Order: sequence, then structure tokens, then C-alpha cells
Amino acid sequence: MLAISFQSVSKAYPSPRGPSHNAFMALDAVSLDIEQGEFFGLLGPNGAGKTTMISILAGLTRATSGRVMVLGSDVQTDYAQARRKLGVVPQELVFDPFFNVREALLFQSGYFGVRNNGAWIDELLESLGLTDKAGANMRQLSGGMKRRMLVAQALVHKPPVIVLDEPTAGVDVELRQTLWHFIAKLNKQGHTVLLTTHYLEEAEALCGRIAMLKSGRVVALDRTSELLKAASSNVLRFKLDAELPPALAAKARVTGRIVQFPAHDALEIENYLSAVREAGLRAEDVEIRKADLEDVFLDVMTQHRDSVAGVAP
Amino acid sequence: MTGWRTLFYKEVLRFWKVGFQTVAAPVLTAILYLLIFGHVLEDHVKVYNTISYTAFLVPGLVMMSVLQNAFANSSSSLIQSKIMGNLVFLLLTPLSHWSWFFAYVASSVVRGLVVGFGVLVVTSFFAVPSLVAPQWIVAFAILGAALLGTLGLIAGLWAEKFDQLAAFQNFVIMPMTFLSGVFYSIGSLPPFWQKVSHVNPFFYMIDGFRFGFFGISDASPWLSLGILSAALLVASAVAVHLLRIGYKIRS
Repeated sequence: MLAISFQSVSKAYPSPRGPSHNAFMALDAVSLDIEQGEFFGLLGPNGAGKTTMISILAGLTRATSGRVMVLGSDVQTDYAQARRKLGVVPQELVFDPFFNVREALLFQSGYFGVRNNGAWIDELLESLGLTDKAGANMRQLSGGMKRRMLVAQALVHKPPVIVLDEPTAGVDVELRQTLWHFIAKLNKQGHTVLLTTHYLEEAEALCGRIAMLKSGRVVALDRTSELLKAASSNVLRFKLDAELPPALAAKARVTGRIVQFPAHDALEIENYLSAVREAGLRAEDVEIRKADLEDVFLDVMTQHRDSVAGVAP
Repeated sequence: MTGWRTLFYKEVLRFWKVGFQTVAAPVLTAILYLLIFGHVLEDHVKVYNTISYTAFLVPGLVMMSVLQNAFANSSSSLIQSKIMGNLVFLLLTPLSHWSWFFAYVASSVVRGLVVGFGVLVVTSFFAVPSLVAPQWIVAFAILGAALLGTLGLIAGLWAEKFDQLAAFQNFVIMPMTFLSGVFYSIGSLPPFWQKVSHVNPFFYMIDGFRFGFFGISDASPWLSLGILSAALLVASAVAVHLLRIGYKIRS
């Protein structure tokens, strides 16, 4: 049985300019299957439809058409079963200011019909470094602690499928490490993990498979290793104090002083360097590195720029 | 079973934790009404020719507090959770629309009864009303609180901002309670306004509730009970439907 299955799922929002205009397609016939035990990454720029997919999966939003299943339970017709199997960490840093950490976790357990959950709550607090905050009001927690609390709340009912919607946005390095250590442990124990993130390094390090989403469509879907292989194998990287000529700039990725060119072989690298020299520029700190997921991501997004331009509102 | 009970308990704990604001404050308001209106009108007005004005006023104030606080509980809890965004913790759970309905309405009934009981206890220092038929008092208090708790649930789902909720409270709930006979007997009104009062469902709640104290009322308590029950059924049907379709909470 599949852990998660999106079957030709679309979500249309009515156009703000009125019903005579085309609806905005937040998701356009997305199909995606995730096996049990996978650590799956869902990547895409802002507005690509990642959160819409997760909202439909969690029952917060209804799909316009198509079907979504969690371990064999339809999220609409069999929502109670589907939600019991699902633990969702929402993207927004929300909390209930009336209660303390332990109360919030006990309530969340109760909503799922779990009683006498003290031992598991203690374990969650311990794993997430919140033990000494158990009696603190939610308002008193720092942003990072509230984020960890969201993870704890999602896991009170020991769901087999865990969904994390950008869990590390605005979170410091140390906390990210703690969080990933914990999630990786759960994954090893057999939990399926679906993750959306903007940190491509994290996705590369953690996810076995990755889907890339753009304008409501899946534009790439493969094992992380295959995606990396398919990309340009190497990247030429150097620093530059002046502007690149337009012809070169079009092929490069420029971040401040850092210039990067995707390259397949030594000849290509030599050509780029000589073009820079001929332009009268001086490249510093030159290095050649392996392509990473960010390169793949940018490649994929660039390739699909033309194909999706027509549907952009 | 555990699910709705947890939500019910959480909702009760929520208002209890801020009891100064949710219980003590409305009790104080009711006492102020009693002191001022009682002082001004005690010597001038006899209701049903036998009952002192202050004694007449007590059940009205108790019921008004029950109704207003039952409404405030479900409506303010929902709008706060919607605006803070923490409603998502409930939306992610397997709780059915019936569980939501029973938990929100039952906790509103508890808040209404706690405040009403508080008002009754404190006002009994000023005037001890008789208790002719307590079963009517209990029935009207519970059903009335349930109706207002249900209306609060509907208003809380519908409102997107605090001002919309405040408008609903100030322009619908307040006038209907004030014009329902809390402060006067409908029998003292000119015939036209008597007729108008008879289409106000709040009138029947207050009138039936007061019957339990004095054994006298403007309308038959059975009629009042029938109208209140019918209103509760209709409001519940609407509320359960809105929860089932996820009105304004699931897009």
C-alpha cells in the first residue's frame, strides 16, 4: 500500500477579476505516489503549489478534482482514518496562548482519541529539547521552541506518515540539526516523511526522492541521486569584481560577486575562462565543484520557464 | 468519545483560566443593573400586582447573563482561534462535525450556567425570588444557553474579524435581549409593542425562565418551551451543516 497517493489532483481558485476570467490553477492534474518508509522532498519556488498539496492532503483544503489517499484512506470520504495516519507540521508558527506546553499536547492527544499519553509526550519533549518548558505557557516560548512544539503536536498520535511544511524556515543551525536528527530517526523506524523546504542542501542530504513543482505542475520527479546525475556534472565557480558581459551573464548564475557556470567537461571550462579574460576581467578564487541540488533545481526551473509562461496569471 | 470530551474540557478550561473576565465581570455587570434599576424603580413599579420590581428583575438578569455569556463563549473562542491560526490544530484532527458542535455548545452552556448561577447567588442578597417550579428554571436555562451557544458558533464561523462579531453582538444579540422583557413585563407595553415582543424568541426564553420563579408569566410556559426548542433545532441544523461543509474554515 502506498503511504501517500495524489491522483490527478487539481485545485482551481476563482480569478479575483471575476468569473469571466480563467480560474487560477494552484495545482494542475498532479499525480504523485510516495511509498511507505520514504523520505520524500517536495521542492519548488514560492507559489508553486507545495502548501496547496499539503493542505489538500491534510484536509484543510478541498481539491477541485482528483483524489488523495493516505495509506489507503481517502482524505475526503474517509477523513477520520486518513487524519489518524497523518501528522502535519504546519508552516505558520501558530499556538494557543491559553495553555502550557503539556496541556496543549494532552489536548492534541485527546482530539485523536489517545488517552494516557504521558509517557510518549515525555519522550517527545525530551527528543525535542522541551522537557524543562513543559509547564511554560505557549506565549513564553521562543520562535524556535514554538517550531519544535509544532513538531511535537504533529506526533502525539504516533502517525505513520509525517508531513513537514518548511519546518526549518527561520530556524537557527543548531535547532535544524536537532530537528533533522529526530526526523531521520523516525524515518529509520519506518515512518514515511514528506518534506517541503527552501533549503536545497537539506533536501539533498535527507530525501531519497524528490519532486519539483512549478506553477502547479510536477516538472521533475526522481531519486535524488538520479536528479544529480542528470544535471551538468560540474560547476565552474569564481569571484569577480566587475560585471560580466551580457552574453556570458545569460549562461551564468550570479550571486553578488560569485559567478557560477554549469560545465560538462574541461573544454567548456577553458572556454568560459578565456571568454572572461578576453572581456578584460580577472577571475579570483577559481574552483570546480560537483553540481548540487541547487544547480539541478535552477536547471529544471529554467527549462520550464517557457512551457509554463502561458498559464501564469 | 474521547475526542469531543477533550475539546469540551479544553473549551471549559479556556474560559475558566480567564474567569475574572469571563465570569466575575458579567456577574458585576448584572449587580450594577440590579442596583441602579432596583433603586430607581423599586417603589414605583409592582409587576403582576404582587411582585416587587427588584425580585422581578433578578430572574431576568440571571437569564440575560446566561444567554449573553453562552453566546460569547463559542463565538469568541472560534474567532480567536481563527485569527491566531491555532484552529489548524483542530482542523487536522479526525474530530467529526458533531464532535465540534457538541463540544462548543456544551462548553457554552457550562459558561452560561456558571455565570447565571453566580448572578443568582449574588443578587439573592438583594431580593430572594421564590422558586415555584424549579424544573422550568433548569429547562429554560439549559435550552436557552444551548441556543445562544449555537448562535455563537454560527457567528464565530461566519465572522472574519472581531468587529464583525462585535457588530453581531451589539446590533442583534443585545437589542433582542434588552427588548425581551428582562427589565419589564410585556403586559405593561402598549398592544403594538406587545405584538412585536411576541416575535422575539428571546422574550419566550426570559418569560418561561421567570415562570419557574413566580409561577406567573406573559405567555404559557409550554408555548415558550415549544418555541425555544424549535429555535434550537433550526439553529443546530444550520450550525452542524456549516461545520460539515467547513464553512469559512476549510477552503
